[in-house]
Amino acid sequence: MSQLARHATVALAIARKDALAELRGRHASGSTLFFAALVLLLFGFALGPDSRRLTDAAPGLLWLAIVFGGLLTVARLHQLEAEDGAFEQLALYPVDRRALFAGKALAASVAMLVLGGVLLPVVAILYALPIAAAWLALAVTVVLGAIGFAAVGTAYAALTVRMRAREVMLPLLMLPIVAPLLLAAVKATTAALTGDPFGELGSWLQLLAGFDVVMLVVGAGTYGFLLEE
Amino acid sequence: MRTRLLGIGGVLAVIGAAFFGLFVVPADLNQGDAQRIMYVHVASAWIAYMSFGVTALAGIAYLWLRDLRLDAVALAGAEVGVLFTAFTIWGGMMWGRPVWGVYWQWEDPRLTTTALLLALYLGYLLLRRLSEDPARRATRAAIVGLIAAVDIPIVHFSVIWWRGLHQGPTIGSPDKLLHPSAPLQFVAALLLMLGAFTLVWGYLMIRRYQLARIEWQIEEHGRVGRISAARRASLAAHTAPAGTSQAAPVQESTP
Repeated sequence: MSQLARHATVALAIARKDALAELRGRHASGSTLFFAALVLLLFGFALGPDSRRLTDAAPGLLWLAIVFGGLLTVARLHQLEAEDGAFEQLALYPVDRRALFAGKALAASVAMLVLGGVLLPVVAILYALPIAAAWLALAVTVVLGAIGFAAVGTAYAALTVRMRAREVMLPLLMLPIVAPLLLAAVKATTAALTGDPFGELGSWLQLLAGFDVVMLVVGAGTYGFLLEE
Repeated sequence: MRTRLLGIGGVLAVIGAAFFGLFVVPADLNQGDAQRIMYVHVASAWIAYMSFGVTALAGIAYLWLRDLRLDAVALAGAEVGVLFTAFTIWGGMMWGRPVWGVYWQWEDPRLTTTALLLALYLGYLLLRRLSEDPARRATRAAIVGLIAAVDIPIVHFSVIWWRGLHQGPTIGSPDKLLHPSAPLQFVAALLLMLGAFTLVWGYLMIRRYQLARIEWQIEEHGRVGRISAARRASLAAHTAPAGTSQAAPVQESTP
């Protein structure tokens, strides 16, 4: 039990460090949020002024914007480590590698949650979505989606951060992996917004939760290999 | 020689199975001759899944044992798997055009997820190409192969819940095997093709593995060659007489 508490302390310390670095170097996280909101605005131009069609497409557009912004977010969290050789220092800490992964994934999850929390009102205003009525289901969907994306993103960002062409390789590797997450999150969001007429919201949330658990376990198990290389 | 025999046997088996599927088995009542594509399509899909399974297992074993031969097996599985996945999609589109009326049916979950599978392993192969160091490449590839493999069942679940018009799997449930809805001839044609493809698969896997080993030896040879050239240069610099040692070794070490 005390060992678990020790791991949690390590994870929280890592996450706190990342959060502080984000807050003090404010420019990067702010511009990611702006980029994702801009993507939402451009979707509006791409799909034309028909407001009915935009409302129908909105859940998909919201999650695509979260995915695009999320790619930048998880990449940045590891680029901060790679600069000045901080990644090697991280690998040398005499702590469990799974705790390190948990800390990085926690920081990424919080960043993803902020992204989702900012984009939800934006999409509600731009595409006339009634998000207030379904806030609880939407919040659960965003939390589960954020954790899943952060789990995959932490593993893949650590994998690509020291590669040539990492800007291309991270999305190229990650996008097919998060496709089921995207599908389930969009379906859950649509179900929540339409009052769940087919009673499928629970199934999609379960799928999201399953994705999260699997990716957290695999990420925690393999993170040590990525640090050692 | 035995590998070559396996390859020749595989090609002959594919020709035989194709002959059986084209001329011996009658055409399907509903789908007509287009249904014959299924023998190739389903068989290559199974082979593709098997290849990716091999890649995932070899990758895990590599992380465990750190033996680069396992990495060569993983590479062979991924490359052969991509080949058969592309073949599966191509066959599916050829079948979809006459039966569904379109090449690409977005409502069909299995088509879209197979496309996803292709994207996953194309990314895997690209990742390998962009990493030079053999051990580092093997580690990264093993992790990507593992994550891709655990992603596939999740994709499969989303498939079941996405209402599509793809036919449910026919073989696999024991009830259907005992009381087949398809005539036995059809099942036999499929299994024959599966067996033939498995032989070809084995041949391709062995050859790709051997090729990966040779590539690795060339890489290693190049590295050893560079190191020993540098060593010779520095030895020459230290052993040469004091007067002449200035110019010659510098020239030697430049290439």
